[in-house]
Amino acid sequence: MEWEVVIGIETHTQLKTESKIFSGASTNFGSEPNAHACLVSLAYPGVLPVLNEEAVNCAIRFGLAVDARIAEHSIFARKNYFYPDLPKGYQISQFELPVVGEGSLTISLGDENKTIRILRAHLEEDAGKSVHGIEEGKSGIDLNRAGTPLLEIVTEPDMSSAEEAVAYAKKLHELVQWIGICDGNMQEGNFRCDVNVSVKKKGEKKLGTRREIKNLNSFKFIKQAVDYEVNWQIERLEDGGTIKQSTILFDPDSGETREMRSKEEANDYRYFPDPDLLPLVISQEKINTIKSEMYELPSQMKSKLVKEFGLSNYDADGITSNIDVANFFRELLSFKVSAKLATNWILTNLFSRLNESNIDIKNSPLKANKLAELILRIEDKTISNNAAKKVFDEIWDQDEKVDDVIEKLGLKQISNVNEVEDILNQVLQDNEAMVEEYKSGKDKAFNALIGKVMKASKGKANPGQVSQLLKDKLTD
Amino acid sequence: MINLSLKELSEGLKQKKFSSVELTQFFLNRLDLHNSSINAFITIDKDKSLAMAKHSDEIIKEGNQDYLTGIPIAQKDIFCAEGWKTSCGSKMLDNFIAPYDSTVISKFNAVGAVNLGKTNMDEFAMGSSNETSFYGNVKNPWDIKTVPGGSSGGSAAAVAGRLAPAATATDTGGSIRQPASLCGLTGLKPTYGLVSRYGMIAFASSLDQAGPMCHTAEDCAAMMNVMSGHDPKDSTSIQRAKENYLTGISDPIKGLKIGVPREFFSEGLDPEVEKIIEGGINEYKKLGAEIVEISLPNNHLSIPVYYVIAPAEASSNLSRYDGVRYGYRTKEYDDLMEMYCKTREEGFGEEVKRRIMIGTYVLSAGYYDAYYLKAQKIRRLISEDFKKAFENCDVILGPSAPSVAFPIGEKKEDPLKMYMQDVYTISTNLAGLPGLSMPAGLMNELPVGIQLIGNYFSEAKLLNIANIFQMNTDWHNLSPEEFK
Amino acid sequence: MKFDNDEIKKIAHLARININKNEADKVGEKLEGILGLIDQMTQVNTDGIEPMAHALDITQPLREDKVTEVDIRKKSLKLSNETHQSLFIVPRVIE
Repeated sequence: MEWEVVIGIETHTQLKTESKIFSGASTNFGSEPNAHACLVSLAYPGVLPVLNEEAVNCAIRFGLAVDARIAEHSIFARKNYFYPDLPKGYQISQFELPVVGEGSLTISLGDENKTIRILRAHLEEDAGKSVHGIEEGKSGIDLNRAGTPLLEIVTEPDMSSAEEAVAYAKKLHELVQWIGICDGNMQEGNFRCDVNVSVKKKGEKKLGTRREIKNLNSFKFIKQAVDYEVNWQIERLEDGGTIKQSTILFDPDSGETREMRSKEEANDYRYFPDPDLLPLVISQEKINTIKSEMYELPSQMKSKLVKEFGLSNYDADGITSNIDVANFFRELLSFKVSAKLATNWILTNLFSRLNESNIDIKNSPLKANKLAELILRIEDKTISNNAAKKVFDEIWDQDEKVDDVIEKLGLKQISNVNEVEDILNQVLQDNEAMVEEYKSGKDKAFNALIGKVMKASKGKANPGQVSQLLKDKLTD
Repeated sequence: MINLSLKELSEGLKQKKFSSVELTQFFLNRLDLHNSSINAFITIDKDKSLAMAKHSDEIIKEGNQDYLTGIPIAQKDIFCAEGWKTSCGSKMLDNFIAPYDSTVISKFNAVGAVNLGKTNMDEFAMGSSNETSFYGNVKNPWDIKTVPGGSSGGSAAAVAGRLAPAATATDTGGSIRQPASLCGLTGLKPTYGLVSRYGMIAFASSLDQAGPMCHTAEDCAAMMNVMSGHDPKDSTSIQRAKENYLTGISDPIKGLKIGVPREFFSEGLDPEVEKIIEGGINEYKKLGAEIVEISLPNNHLSIPVYYVIAPAEASSNLSRYDGVRYGYRTKEYDDLMEMYCKTREEGFGEEVKRRIMIGTYVLSAGYYDAYYLKAQKIRRLISEDFKKAFENCDVILGPSAPSVAFPIGEKKEDPLKMYMQDVYTISTNLAGLPGLSMPAGLMNELPVGIQLIGNYFSEAKLLNIANIFQMNTDWHNLSPEEFK
Repeated sequence: MKFDNDEIKKIAHLARININKNEADKVGEKLEGILGLIDQMTQVNTDGIEPMAHALDITQPLREDKVTEVDIRKKSLKLSNETHQSLFIVPRVIE
């Protein structure tokens, strides 16, 4: 039997704000437990929420980035349930009227593109953390994370394989960092996916019963968990079993999924509009202001790179793979470096060197201004591309001037025609046999002669110039 | 000192007739003498109050005296006051020493008023007789066999018994006006959003509003000058220029159009109370007001609507009392679920549990539309009734409560009878309008209150109208015999 | 509206309130009374009426994104029944 897989994803992105969504407590990670549990985070009697403007701005930026409608009027609701890491006994979220409406995100699958529809995105507060293993039979509650702003981004069930799920997650991960609303740190849980998986017989219209895999915080886990879950569901159905709608956890150690015990009972969240928070009204003017302050989106930048700068699809993807690479590229261009050379240098030399030393491009010891200086020396023919690689290695993490290194290594090209001609004549004289070979139709000899000239010039001749002069001489 | 108005106390302090320490000590002595008989206070902390008084005397000495500087004020135990036990009348918070000041408390502190103590109240402000308090019922100084009303019964009894010159209170469905009525006081529930709710323990967030409880409208105006004002810590706090409620308090009211809703004089109203209200209406006629009959056709729905919306919000607001971070935690439990369920079983009283259950029910799956959403729709109808009414009048007048103070225990076992106490007050909370109750007569030696309901932000007008009444009558000056 | 024991049990569980078996009937009776009162609402035609969630027709104010709160563990931990190294302690949370 052939099966189709249907996947929808809900992603909790932690928004990059200084303070919590409804209070002035810090959102810093890694502090002592409860150091950022302020009066509001602790849900003391009488405290009230006040909405953080930056959280709203982040939601607007996201809405604009996925071409969604920003709700002029949205409502905060209470989702009621008891849990020790949920201090108020309810989570403030958005239910009926979310801040961001329908939009879409296009993912690349090899050469093909697929559009994943975004159903909605809403603002909500994060819960705290339960810490285990302190004392037998007990848990500790740390409320530092309680009240951290989240944007929950919900897709339609538009993905049909683990690969597509991962491609979507990666694309979204890249986008939220690009627009500066999330730092993307997955280890710290700042970007976590709940993946809804169901299967149905091929051609069947009706969706199967879904199970929701909670809190996946790495792309690898998404892949593993979905693959495992799909097999599990298909096997179960083929054995004549049924699927029960449920919430499940993925165990990375065993590679298996299991039902969450705490969610066994049917939940009744009793959503209702939070009387402590008024309707959030967003003006077109505010949206326009935020729009005008936003960078171009990766998709916009990519098409510009292809159309205006003639980059290949592949190279353009490379440059727009994340905001830091794009920013490095933009900075190179600000020094009037050609886009093609800038792209080549980033995607080859810079990337391989960064990979070797496992450094993020943001922290590259070689700054864009210095790399630009080097590339400009290639463009003005002071040095050859090969020579530039030597300079690159030299200046990588050293505080030396590009021109000084060129001088020091004696890499400056000979541009004086007479000087090059002298060397050329000498080489032709010493290699008459090769000249004959060329004249008898062996093209390979031509390159060999260039090599001889370059060697004789100790690499300082300009290969293009040598080639031209040689051609002239041999056709005389 | 016992009969002095806030204005007179302020002048006495200014003229050094007495110091704040002496004044505070005087009222603390009254508490020693009388509190045990009426149980108006949950917490009295003489050292703290006197320390505040001492500080106030410094302020006065430096010449920075404000109207309420140095005057002891009784604070309803619903307001968080840093370092003071703030119990909200509940066992759940019996061990809760507030770690911060509510905005109302901060404002009193800022002008150097003295916190005289925390007054008793119905548990989480749920009740109309002060019989649901974990700290025992409060007794009405006019007849200690009767209730003072609720939920601000402690504040009402404290002021009526002249144990405090003035008190703060809160009103979700009538909790300022009904006890003011039953205890012969002037109490104002302001427009929703005028006084900050920050630090005021929530019962039903969309209805709760704090206000003053005093002998006179003028005292209420002085209290409102301190309590009102925009607070960035409360999203529902209104952004509006601050008013001085004393400025126009004696303006003539000639030509005032008073609307009398016929629905307020139907079945359920004690005929004797009705007579007294009629007397009040006649008094206003004499003062040059015009009386017009109006209609609030949906008023009878305010109780059903209220008993959906208030419990729904309360059920959620009270979920934070789980024994984890503060407050009561049950002594024996095997697991988390048992800890929750026993903590809340033991920490909450019957009425509170009842309302949590009702609130949980009306919000639960399958019932939300029929109950909660329906109630919100009718809430709008009730609110629109007022809008229409105010097209034909400046202020609405009626009874504050259907009866005078009733015997302790009479309605305790019958929630439905108890809920009827708020039949004339609840609709203003649902609409968010200001309402005031003031004494207008005695029935069998027990006070009867008149209610004035104004349009949004008409507090100054309401206080003016009440003040003119009080300048021409004497009901607000009466005191229960044993507390004179 | 009838409030049977199962219904009470369900609601009590959602509200995390233990209800003594002996009291369940009494509790149910009172709740039924209140629901009877509430049921007066059903007589009202509310077609096309916008629900009213707030008394005033105003919109949500926004707070500047600034850290204004400090570490209050000295106060907050003292108020709790059980703490351990800055954590609030509860019976084991099962996920």
